[in-house]
Amino acid sequence: MAIVKLHFMMAGKAPTLDAILLPMAKMTREDVLKLAKLARLNLTDSELDEFAREFTDILQYVEQLQTVDVEGLDPTNQVTGLTNVMRPDEVIDYGYEPAELLKNVPTVQDNQLKVKRMIA
Amino acid sequence: MTQWLPIAEIAAKVNAGELTATAMVEQALGAIADGADYQAIIATTETRARERAAIIDEQIKRGELAGRLAGVPFIAKDNFLVFGAETTAASNILRGFVAPYQSTAIERLEAEGAICVAKANLDAFAHGSSTENSDFFPTKNPHDKARVPGGSSGGSAAAVVLGMAPFALGTDTGGSIRLPASFCGAVGYKPTYGLVSRSGVVAMASSTDVIGPLTRTVDDAALVLDVMSGQDKLDGTTIVKDDAGYDGRALDLSGKKIGVIKEYMSDDLQPGVRQAIERAIDGARQAGAEIVEVSLPSLPLGLAIYYVLCPAEVSSNLSRYDGQRYGYSAPDAADLEESYTKSREVGFGAEAKRRIMIGTYVLSSGYYDAYYRKAQIVRTKLIKEFEAAFKEADFLLGPTVANTAFKLGEVSDPLQMYLTDIMTVAANLVGCPAISIPAGTSDELPVGLQLMAPSRADRDLLGCARRFEEVLA
Repeated sequence: MAIVKLHFMMAGKAPTLDAILLPMAKMTREDVLKLAKLARLNLTDSELDEFAREFTDILQYVEQLQTVDVEGLDPTNQVTGLTNVMRPDEVIDYGYEPAELLKNVPTVQDNQLKVKRMIA
Repeated sequence: MTQWLPIAEIAAKVNAGELTATAMVEQALGAIADGADYQAIIATTETRARERAAIIDEQIKRGELAGRLAGVPFIAKDNFLVFGAETTAASNILRGFVAPYQSTAIERLEAEGAICVAKANLDAFAHGSSTENSDFFPTKNPHDKARVPGGSSGGSAAAVVLGMAPFALGTDTGGSIRLPASFCGAVGYKPTYGLVSRSGVVAMASSTDVIGPLTRTVDDAALVLDVMSGQDKLDGTTIVKDDAGYDGRALDLSGKKIGVIKEYMSDDLQPGVRQAIERAIDGARQAGAEIVEVSLPSLPLGLAIYYVLCPAEVSSNLSRYDGQRYGYSAPDAADLEESYTKSREVGFGAEAKRRIMIGTYVLSSGYYDAYYRKAQIVRTKLIKEFEAAFKEADFLLGPTVANTAFKLGEVSDPLQMYLTDIMTVAANLVGCPAISIPAGTSDELPVGLQLMAPSRADRDLLGCARRFEEVLA
């Protein structure tokens, strides 16, 4: 695929993904299962296999960052140059009735959001 | 195909009573119906649009003016909250969500008389480069129905090119305005980070998300940007707009230095794309610009930086979709934990799940420093290279994408799809403004020319792009 070829030419890397493989970036089914649990996602068996393969590819691709010389550089968190943007802590009346703002809530009782019990 | 006057002319004629807002809205709705095959639109907002048009027409009958965008119809990507309209971000988890408030961008456009007529399709949550990741249906390219429109603002770009409205709104996190503009043959503008408020827009990756217009001309894009931009108390990351505002006045390029990005002009460019870009370079030279070659050695790393930072921020931003407060909620869950997991399982498509999990991984303890922090540091390196490049050149130039629109289903591997963004992500990581303008065709498919300028030089960039538009005409 031309798009992929372009990247490797641009990065000046070897032509296969294996060349930039670091041992830590191999994702197993079990790893994916653990991540899914952390991210509150249910996955099917076939999704587990597919994601394990795809995540390995993606992580191997981003491994190229490991070898970059970043001596003396700090991380960039944001690019606006703005710091500590403050506003007065005050109530602004937008004229809503609570019921209007609760319209999208799946289950409401007495103007409150109702959830399932937390301990099974 | 429906033709539209320049936006400023539509507004002038509506204000003068020579055209009605109602007629403009009907023209847009008619074009939307005619182009239904392209699947650019998720839903129209016709009831509200007709009501607003009637109000504007009444206002004008009373002898009042209705604003700089009086009666101008537009289409919003479906990740913009429009009051009272369903806002899905093309995702199953937000299906049925009716916006109880609206985005600042829409508020500002409406305050000048513009009328939202429809919500456009996108890759769900703006995750994608082809609009095939929509949880509902893919959009088709206006030039070839077998091809993708690009993404994630593919519905917006296709709609503008199909004449459904004079302008559409998109969001650009890694190229999502410029890429579909390139594939469809529209103008797509990505402003400096922070220039347009993101209040009321579904968040993707907050450190690079921006809002911008898709139009047919640079002039139209500048006018829409001028109306939308500037500080907003509802978005603490907004910056002040240029004192002179934004307009489509062409910039005299004589004496200006235009840096052709060496890393983007590789032999692997599709030949027709290369020819189109070289033609634009020749045009700029004839217009008096000095052409210099500029190298940004870390540019090829941009995509790797992006595909660490973006999923990390996505995993955080999408944690709010928990099935409890709004959106899809699994009806048969035994307890709260199961309600979360089942709602998210059904509500999120494959790409959202992929990004959430990759993000969770790169942010997890033990990997945070190796991935997330490292990517943030390499981001600094890229920013410094751009700063140096902008000392050598006033503007940077290259293609928007290495190729023209690919076929629906042609790119099925997620990593290959990510690589489509390789030339657009840099501007997002750096925060600088960038634009894609039509630069001819390759095998009858549109090619986009990308121009970039230093952060906050949006006014100059629009002027430069306008001049290129003249040169390429």
